[in-house]
Amino acid sequence: MSETLSIIVIETDRDRTRVIVDSLRDAGFSDIQVIPEIAGLARRISESNPDLVLVDMASPSRDMLEEMALASGPLERPVAMFVDRSDGSLTKAAIEAGISAYVVDGLKPSRIGSILDAAVTRFHMMHRMRVELETTRRALEERKLIDRAKGLIMKARGVDEDAAYALLRKTAMDQGRRVADVAQALVTAAGLLT
Amino acid sequence: MSGAPVSAGFIPLVDAAPLIVAREIGFAEEEGIDLTLRAAPSWSTLRDRLMLGQIEAAHMLFPMPVAAALGLGGIGARLDILMVLSLNGNSIGVSRRMAARMRAAGYEFDFADARRAGEALIAATEGRLRVGVPFPYSMHAELLYHWLGSLGLRAPQDLDVHTVPPPLMAEAMAEDQIDAFCVGAPWGSIAVETGVGELLLPGSAIRARAPDKVLAVRHDWAEAEPVLTRRLMRALWQAGRWLSRPENRTTAVELLAQRAYLDLSAEMIERALSGNVVISPRGELRRVNDYMTFHGGAAGYPWTSQAALVASRLAGRLGLDRASSIAAAGAICRTDLYRANLADLGADLPAETARIEGANTVPQTVAGLNGEVILPPDAFFDGWIFDPEA
Repeated sequence: MSETLSIIVIETDRDRTRVIVDSLRDAGFSDIQVIPEIAGLARRISESNPDLVLVDMASPSRDMLEEMALASGPLERPVAMFVDRSDGSLTKAAIEAGISAYVVDGLKPSRIGSILDAAVTRFHMMHRMRVELETTRRALEERKLIDRAKGLIMKARGVDEDAAYALLRKTAMDQGRRVADVAQALVTAAGLLT
Repeated sequence: MSGAPVSAGFIPLVDAAPLIVAREIGFAEEEGIDLTLRAAPSWSTLRDRLMLGQIEAAHMLFPMPVAAALGLGGIGARLDILMVLSLNGNSIGVSRRMAARMRAAGYEFDFADARRAGEALIAATEGRLRVGVPFPYSMHAELLYHWLGSLGLRAPQDLDVHTVPPPLMAEAMAEDQIDAFCVGAPWGSIAVETGVGELLLPGSAIRARAPDKVLAVRHDWAEAEPVLTRRLMRALWQAGRWLSRPENRTTAVELLAQRAYLDLSAEMIERALSGNVVISPRGELRRVNDYMTFHGGAAGYPWTSQAALVASRLAGRLGLDRASSIAAAGAICRTDLYRANLADLGADLPAETARIEGANTVPQTVAGLNGEVILPPDAFFDGWIFDPEA
């Protein structure tokens, strides 16, 4: 395993970046550069001329890398996506983890395996954490919204909390909408009227 | 929802409408499929998901499956074009600085005459023109290269072409990375609305009825799942017909604007579907007939000659063998499935699988399997034609 392999990681999230870079360092790679912004991506990559580029599949900047792949001669010198095309399982694992790697210059695919192994595991973990966080955050926001809507109904109708919630739920069911959406509509309408 | 599950990927653009309508208005359910839609963050990710079997079908740039057939991009799985989902729908925009120079030189933004617009743009360009396109293999790129190439630039050699994902196009212009772009709706309107650009032309001014997006599936999937393929095609064909009716426009706009789909202002989406396009931050309005087309005049028919046209141009730029590229591209256009699966719905079914592209300046009546088919004008602005046999 060569430590001189140069790797660029494109990632805007600072926490994710740290985890990925750490895992690559642990795997024995030291020449790692992080590009946090999409602006000027192609220029910065071509200036650095790395052996490998790792990019989050959820990033729209992936399409910019396709352009670079094209520019470097798509047939003679394939700028391979992920790893060896014959290694379907690793490619699949990488895609499922939401990571894609571009080999920028004739790098032997066998040398990428360990990089991806390390990165894929981390990406999986980070992705799961991100989904959990997002779900929790949304649930909290919706809870707050529903509480405000309940408060409005209690005040306007002089009913207790349970009755207010029952009314919200019934309205949502009748209209085929989510309780949170009905609550949002009510809070917005109330805001307009006061 | 009930029925056999089929998952399809899309990029949040107005022309993803047939998939969204097929699901939301219930055409998919009527055909017995439970259509799940999944937005993709980029064209390359969408293509990879499709090739690896994470999704069964995708809303895709017309040249992408063609490029894949030539061995360009992705992991090498063969993709088939089942049908064309939409024609045109792009706009070309310029930065406000470029627009000011063009206006100072006496150009009036008519949003119609491609020759005059192109000449004005070339005259106002200092140094190399920097243009943004959403993907290297896109009709956006092909239209731009043809247009500027016809007017004397060597395209793409004389251009600085940047790949910019549609949601970032306005930002790239604001940051002075590009002078012009060609992008799908509603992102041109968003550049106008955010005050960074003005619209110069609709894509339809460069070529009428240029195919833009297709329904792509893995060849292996279409072969292994003929029943699901049939149902999916029927649902989408009916969604296209529904979208073509003006009385459905408001509903379509509201559906598309939802958070799960485009998550953008309904007004921006409406401009594309109605063809009433605001071209500058000063609010100048231009009316474009057939700004974006989903149905009628065999719009969905996957002419092999259209794929041949794209393949011929890609082969020319990248130094590939022209004849074998054209053959490979034609083979992925499933006119056979289009005929077999849509005949009883009353779809226009031309008797031929190929034609001379760009040859119609007036509507032309051709023989069809379901009776005669009227093909609307499909000419390029400069009268260029493509004969796949030549």
